[in-house]
Amino acid sequence: MKILVCITHVPDTTSKIQFTENNTKFDKNGVQFIIGPYDDYALARAVELKEQLGASLTVLNVGEAETEPTLRKALAIGADDAIRINAFPKDSLFVANQIAAIAKQNNYDLIMMGRESIDFNGGMVHGMVGEMLGIPSISPVMKLEIDGDTVKMAREIEGGKEYLEAKLPLIAGCQEPIAEWKIPNMRGIMSARTKPLQVLEPVSDETATNVTTYQLPPAKGAVKLIDKDNVAELVKLLKNEAKVL
Amino acid sequence: MNTATKKSINGGEFLIKETEAKDIFIFEEFNEEQKMMAQACQDFIDTEITPKSEEIDSMKHPDLVPGIFKKAGELGLLGISVPEEFGGMGMSFNTSMLIADIIGAAGSFSTTYGAHTGIGTLPILYYGNEAQKNKYLPKLATGEWAACYCLTEPDAGSDANSGKTKAVLSADGKYYLINGQKMWISNAGFADLFIVFAKIDDDKNLTAFIVEKTFGGITMNEEEKKMGIKGSSTRQVFFNDCKVPVENMLSERGNGFKIAVNILNIGRIKLGAGVLGGCRSVATLAIKYAGERKQFGVAINTFGAIKQKLAEMAVRTYACEALCYRAGQDIEDRMAALASEGMPDAEAKLKALEQFAIEAAIAKVHGSEVLDYVVDQGVQVYGGMGYSADAPMEKAYRDARISRIYEGTNEINRMLMVGMLLKRAMKGEINLFEPAMAVANELTAVPSFETIDTSELFASEKDVIKKLKKVFLMVGGKAAMALADKIESEQEVMMNLADIMIEIYAAESAILRTEKLVSIRGEDACKHQIAMAQVYLFEAVEKIQTAAKEAIAAFAKGDEQKVMLMGLKRFTKGELVNTKELRRQVADYMIEKGKYPFS
Repeated sequence: MKILVCITHVPDTTSKIQFTENNTKFDKNGVQFIIGPYDDYALARAVELKEQLGASLTVLNVGEAETEPTLRKALAIGADDAIRINAFPKDSLFVANQIAAIAKQNNYDLIMMGRESIDFNGGMVHGMVGEMLGIPSISPVMKLEIDGDTVKMAREIEGGKEYLEAKLPLIAGCQEPIAEWKIPNMRGIMSARTKPLQVLEPVSDETATNVTTYQLPPAKGAVKLIDKDNVAELVKLLKNEAKVL
Repeated sequence: MNTATKKSINGGEFLIKETEAKDIFIFEEFNEEQKMMAQACQDFIDTEITPKSEEIDSMKHPDLVPGIFKKAGELGLLGISVPEEFGGMGMSFNTSMLIADIIGAAGSFSTTYGAHTGIGTLPILYYGNEAQKNKYLPKLATGEWAACYCLTEPDAGSDANSGKTKAVLSADGKYYLINGQKMWISNAGFADLFIVFAKIDDDKNLTAFIVEKTFGGITMNEEEKKMGIKGSSTRQVFFNDCKVPVENMLSERGNGFKIAVNILNIGRIKLGAGVLGGCRSVATLAIKYAGERKQFGVAINTFGAIKQKLAEMAVRTYACEALCYRAGQDIEDRMAALASEGMPDAEAKLKALEQFAIEAAIAKVHGSEVLDYVVDQGVQVYGGMGYSADAPMEKAYRDARISRIYEGTNEINRMLMVGMLLKRAMKGEINLFEPAMAVANELTAVPSFETIDTSELFASEKDVIKKLKKVFLMVGGKAAMALADKIESEQEVMMNLADIMIEIYAAESAILRTEKLVSIRGEDACKHQIAMAQVYLFEAVEKIQTAAKEAIAAFAKGDEQKVMLMGLKRFTKGELVNTKELRRQVADYMIEKGKYPFS
């Protein structure tokens, strides 16, 4: 059994988001980068599957050299080896092309990733890779068990849960509570430095989108607190000031 | 770190020698692996400890802290300093400092952690025989067992060697019967192993024993009701005919006090680092609150009075980081050097720690006082909410206070650092007298009109540091002569001298850290660090002036006093620094980043 987990290298959720170069580039100065939280859940479940089934576990990231600490963290958490596609992840199609190329070479049984990244939140890569490889892609998966060559999953749908089964190979876009998020232990961190990390050049330069400019959401206004006994005042403000009624 | 090209100085020699920036280790040099460990540790605090801090402190869930402790063990956090052959991680000394630093943000758990990994585990690591190490260290490194350290007694606190707990050999010579009472024992409530200090028969000195809880004869009082670190177990422990096999004696008979002192050396420097996580998290909370709290129609972080506080928290934390990791690396390098000369590992570590015991005491005193300053200002930034138990500052304020008391009170540590220095000087281990004489001669000579080239970064600051060292040599040298062997009873003067030593080491470390950082990142990228180092030095000069004046007034009279005061004026003359502007600059950057952004 071979598992591939694709991870993103994204700003920590508490980062202050700023842009440079006339709002066309994200300002990385002073920003701490982490494994995408949804990818982190996928990785945590993959580590459990590896232990349970004796699977091999590869992690992959499309990114420049600066993302290697993130890959090594994934190795510390429990992946066996890592692949970095040496390119800036220009858009979803670009990333999907790279993943699909690696997956075609290595015949993974299960490809896992987050339901979406938390920087650009495209949520498309798993679907694209599924299409490119001609295998099912299911998202957002919140429970995943393997029984022989059958994958039993639970998926979040509007207003409830859906339980479904599919045959391997497949792609799962994951989210919590698929597994408990893992903190790498000290021994894992020490062993990460000796695990293989392969750097490969991108196979295709194709993109489908181009970002022209970024805009920050408007700053949060002041909060008005209305006494709980003064509903009339609240209604008046909602009508006249907020104009939502 | 490459030790081959590094010039090393001995403990305490910072007062008479210059250190180059390239020869110190700075926080920013931690490698990717060490940073990943620190982050794992931070994640552990954020997920396992901070969300449960109220429950932890309530002590209503007896399984909660032992459960967190076990998880820390699973992550490998309890075996950082234990060699791999004994089930630990075998990390470097400065890595263990870094972990202690991060754990410092864990409130009462940091005491639980420190008591187990430091004073609970290290006596066996450093003084145990192979059988003892093989038997106990793997259990302690993994968290299977928890350890505590039983030294203090109701009538033997700072004067630890006066303990009354007795150990008497049984008639068949197979075990000792321990009887006595120990107090303020951290982790006692759930410990499986006790390091116990007792006197055999009527010995003058203590002997240390490894006592398993299952040996029997151990009872405890209820948990102490404390001001802070309420979630850390602290109990009185009673030994009533506790049967300890003779093979559980640690080291040799009468060696206990030495063990206690040397283990406390480590505890001290680790505590210095161990306040840093708390300082950063409190500063970050204060920055966030000051951005949210509005008065007079604006966020209070727009007020200079608040900016002053935020910046000052950072300035002191930055200096403390600088001195802790500088001293930590000096210790680590010395350990490596001694080991490479063929000294057994444990002995090399102890010798290195003993060599830098002065710096360890400085780290403890400086760190605990920086933390106290930071939490005090944190409460103030929060205003009324700072006094409310519903906001985090009240707890941080209470939790911080113990740091000035345990691991040797700050008063004992101040006296120790001066005492150790004078003893080393008397033994000829450190050449204090010659430079002190040179300074004494300088006092009566024509002042030098030599000017310094200020075009180089920190040239004038380094000149100030050089002169501050002269202040110490002048005051310390004259005090030693005037008071001779009475100096130890003139505790106020000893504390003045200690203050001068602490401020010199901290200011010099802040300057050197910044200089090294500039050499890596360039001056433009380090303007806030440069500002912090300048502010710290300016304040250090003021503090040193006050301490020196107090000391001079205490022992010098007439012409001698006049000459010394003139010398003090000459040695503390410096450019006026616009600390207001520099602090505003630092505070604005902290506000922009929304956190303590310097490590």
